Parts: sequence; structure tokens; C-alpha cells
Amino acid sequence: MQAERKNSAAKWLYGAITALVLIILPFVLEKGFSEYYLYLATKIMVWALFAMSFNLALGYGGMMSFGHAAFFGIGAYTCSLLLVKTSCPLPLAFVIAPFVAAGAGVIIGFFSVRIKGVFYFATITLSFAQLAYILAFKWRSFTFGDDGIQGIPIPALISTDETYINYYFFALIIIVICIYVLWKIVKSPFGLMLRSLRENPERATFVGMKVENYRLIAFVISAFFSGIAGVLYAFLETAISPDILFWSMSGEVILMGLLGGMHIFLGPALGATIMVLLNSFITSYTEYWGMVLGIALILIVLFFPKGVGGLMLEQYQKWMKRKGV
Amino acid sequence: MGFDASMLFVQFISGLSRAMILFLMSSGLTLVFGVMGVVNFAHGAFYMIGAYLAFTLTEILTGFVGFWVALLIAPTIVCLIGGLVEVLLLRRIYEKEHLLQILLTYALIFVFNDIIKMIWGVDLRIVSLPPALGGFFTFFGHSFPVYYFFIIGVGGTVALLLWLLLKKTRFGKLLRASAERRDMVGLLGYNVGGLFTLVFVMATWLGGLSGAVIAPTVRLSLGMDMEIIIECFIVVIVGGLGNIWGALLGALIAGQIYAFGILFVPKYAMAFLFILAAVIIIFRPYGLLGKPAQARG
Repeated sequence: MQAERKNSAAKWLYGAITALVLIILPFVLEKGFSEYYLYLATKIMVWALFAMSFNLALGYGGMMSFGHAAFFGIGAYTCSLLLVKTSCPLPLAFVIAPFVAAGAGVIIGFFSVRIKGVFYFATITLSFAQLAYILAFKWRSFTFGDDGIQGIPIPALISTDETYINYYFFALIIIVICIYVLWKIVKSPFGLMLRSLRENPERATFVGMKVENYRLIAFVISAFFSGIAGVLYAFLETAISPDILFWSMSGEVILMGLLGGMHIFLGPALGATIMVLLNSFITSYTEYWGMVLGIALILIVLFFPKGVGGLMLEQYQKWMKRKGV
Repeated sequence: MGFDASMLFVQFISGLSRAMILFLMSSGLTLVFGVMGVVNFAHGAFYMIGAYLAFTLTEILTGFVGFWVALLIAPTIVCLIGGLVEVLLLRRIYEKEHLLQILLTYALIFVFNDIIKMIWGVDLRIVSLPPALGGFFTFFGHSFPVYYFFIIGVGGTVALLLWLLLKKTRFGKLLRASAERRDMVGLLGYNVGGLFTLVFVMATWLGGLSGAVIAPTVRLSLGMDMEIIIECFIVVIVGGLGNIWGALLGALIAGQIYAFGILFVPKYAMAFLFILAAVIIIFRPYGLLGKPAQARG
């Protein structure tokens, strides 16, 4: 009991420290460094949300989706198109977008969870995401084609014209809420069932669970939050292009999940942090980001399938054991 | 536009030539899955390398000779790369989860894309046809490239050779046996590892050949690998993953659907292929010629 209470006190302490850091960080970055770092910090948070949404499907649902860029992109496109082409108010556009992404999740999920086997799942998700990319690319009259959408109108309150600080806090609040909801989902009976499905689908079926339904629900929730990440991304960049629907975007989020460790709740956020920093560092030296990405993925698959987060957790647990806690 | 018989015939021929390219590609994809149990996401990358190699080879050796040399050499280089990939990378993960296998081949797409970018740059490339194959056939007022017949010929020849190989040779027997019971083949004293290498080399050779064959009909660009691989996924889903005749059937259906779909909605003919795949997944998830067990991957 005492250990438990101690544990929960430690949890609160860690939480308070994290909150403090996240609140102070933007001011330090702005004063001490430059706006660019503030932009990077916001970008990391957006990708962290995307990676954690993705991980609901991968880490908890056991579904390796090769097409999550579709939901991210559909979220971003829906919101941007509503703002640019209609007089839809921003809050409404913000709310509609993730639902459209979730709708796409229902369609893609319906087909991909039907067939057993990771191969079918992988090929179907990738194919549908490429379909979304082709549509955004070719349907010029509706999506502006490869010109993309420039100058997405954003209210002054969260505008990034002068400083990223307002937008940082806007994104922070939304992302924290989303991560809290994701945490609740993972810890709920539904989350538990999902994990038991991942570990042993056959046995889960024997106790009367409908494998397909659980997977589909998880997939749709994952699509929904990926859509929110997409909207936040569109606001951050104020311009989007079909590239955000491209297969390589799905690859980046997969790598984030794996890098951070897919069986740890915050793992993908760690992966997102590493990847965004690495990307900003490497792309200033070379245009061959894909090569770095591919080699990193190969190394992880061959040598560290548990990811960096998994390795760190392992070391931490070993260390704790040695201390006799 | 009028839909007269000769026009339908021309569409049919164009669909058939497309089907043959799809078959050349999908046969490699499905062969690797059937025997080795791996879906090679990077199959499209091998196709793209084949096409770019054909470009370089025809630049060096112009004319008729260059084309034939390219057709032979490009796939050969591609299959050597494939062999290296199998020996250095794939071999390490057969025993591991399927997920890791897909991821490894997926990672290769990134790597190969950037290698091509390094060597050939991002400009569009065009491969010229030798004059003998570059002409047009005119059929009751509708014309189409002679090259279509060449593609159909190559596809037909490969299909025939594959059939002979699988049905009539000892090697083919081994392949079919491995597809059913890999462990038993190993227990009987055959070198399964070597067999896998050979299969992967064969499959990437087919991929490289598809690239070299299609090169004169398209503009080569980065990303051509993903365009074709999606269609191949649809073909193998329709035909049944792991079944080579399923790939042929799927390719023939997909080719015709595309050729006639393009008459109705020129820009979005791909959509028909997705509808086809959707229908198959709902009503026959393991594909037209697949066995239910194979859908379990």
C-alpha cells in the first residue's frame, strides 16, 4: 500500500514537472533561441499526437496500418477546404474534420479488418491511402491538385504570423486533451480487450469477442485522432499539399511508433521527438532524408524491434531491480 | 465518341498489354509470397530500377541492339541486387514476425528511391523504342502501338515458361512443395535457404523485366514504383495472394477493367480497380483462385 501511495505521489510529481516544462519551454525557446525552435516544438507535439493515435491501431490493436497518412491528410484537407471554399466558422471546421477522417477510417477499416493476416491488412491500407493521394493530386477543381492549399485563413488569436507562442499553447491544450482521452481508452475495459485480441486473437474469439468489431472501432478512433493531428498540422504550416497523403508520410509515422516503442503509451511521442529533430537536422545537410529513414527502419527491424523507448524502459527496470525497489 | 467494334478491339489489345505488365509484376510478388511467405513491398522498387537501367543502357547503346541488350541486362542487374537483398537482409528475419518482414521490405522502398534519386536525379526520363517496334498498327481507322503486341508476347512467353518450370521440372516441384510445407522440404534434406534466394532472384528478375519492358511506353519518374505496386496488390488480392495463376487471372481482369474504364472516366480509371478489389474482399476474401487458409497469412 505504502509503495503504491509513494508511486502515485511520484506520478503526480512527474506530471507537475512535465506540465511546468511544457509551459515554460516556449518562453525559453523564444527568448533564448529563435522562433524556429518554437515552431519545431509545436511540430513535435503535432507529430506526437499523430504517432500516438497511430499507435492505438499498431501497439494496442496489433494492426500495422501502412496508410495512416490518409487520415492525417483527410483531416487537414477537410478543415482547410471548409475554411477556404466555404464560410464555415473555424471551430466548426475543426470539429467536422476529424469526423470525416473517422468516416474514412470506417471505410478503409471495414475492408482491411475483414481478412485475417498482416499481409492483407498492410496491402489494403496502403492501397486505399494511395487512392486518397491520387484523388487529392488529380481532382484539381476540388482539392487544387498539386498546387495544394495556400494561405489557410487562421484567426489572429492563434495566428503564427508574428509568433508561434499563441499557437503553441492552443496546440498544447488540444493535444493534452486528446492524449488524456487516448489514455482513458487504453486503460478502459475496451483497451484491455484490444490488447488481449492482439496477444491471442483465437482465444479472444473463444471467449466470445467479435475480433473484427473491436479492431474496427480501434481503427476508427485512431483515424479520428489522426485527423485532429492533421488539422493542427494544417494550421501550423498554413499551407498543405497532397504530399501529406503520400505513402512516405505513413512510413514516417510507422517509424515514430517503432522507434519510440509501440508497447509503451508515450513511446511514439518519444519517437516523434527524435524524428522531427533528426529531420530538421539532416534535411539541412542532405536531400536524402528517405535514405536515412529507410536505413533507420532497417536497423530497428533487425536489431531493436522494441524501439528506443523499449530499450530505455528495459534498462530502467534493470536499474530499479538492482536498487532493489 | 463512337463505340464501334474496332475501337473495342483496340481497347481490348491495350488492356491485354497492360494485363501482361501487371502479370509480370504480380507473378514475382505472388511467387515470393507463395514460397517464402513474405510480401515484398519493395517489388515496385525493383521494377523502377529495371526501368531506369533500361534508360541508361539504351542511352549507351542506341538502336535495335541497345533495346535488346537492355531487355536482357537490366533485369539481370536487378536480380543480382535482389539476391544481395535476400542474402544480406531478408534471410535474417524469416523466423521473426510477419510484421517485421513487411517493414523491412517497406524500408527498402525509401532506400531504393533515394538511390535512384542520387544516380538519375528527379527529371523525367524517356526511353526511345527501336524503329521496328515503334510503329503503329491501324485497325479499321483506329491505331495503336505495335509495341503492345511485343508486350503481350513477352507476357505470354513468361507465363508459358513459368508454367513449364512449375509443372515440368524438379525445381518447380520443390517450389510447390515449399509453398505447402516448408519445414518438410527442409527435413527431406533440401537446401531451403538456397531455394529462397533463388526464388527471390527470380522474382526480382521478373520485376526488373517488367520495368525494362514498360520503360519505352511511360515517362520514368520517381514514384512509378508505388503506382504499379498498388495495382499489383489489387491483382493479387483479386486472384488470391500466393497463387500464380490467380495473378494471371487477376491481371487479365484488371487490365480489361482499366482499358474499358478509361473510356468512361479517363482520369479515374483506377477507381474501378478499387471497386473490383472491394467486391472481391467482401464476397471472396481469399481471392478468385486462392484457398481460404492462405488468407490467414
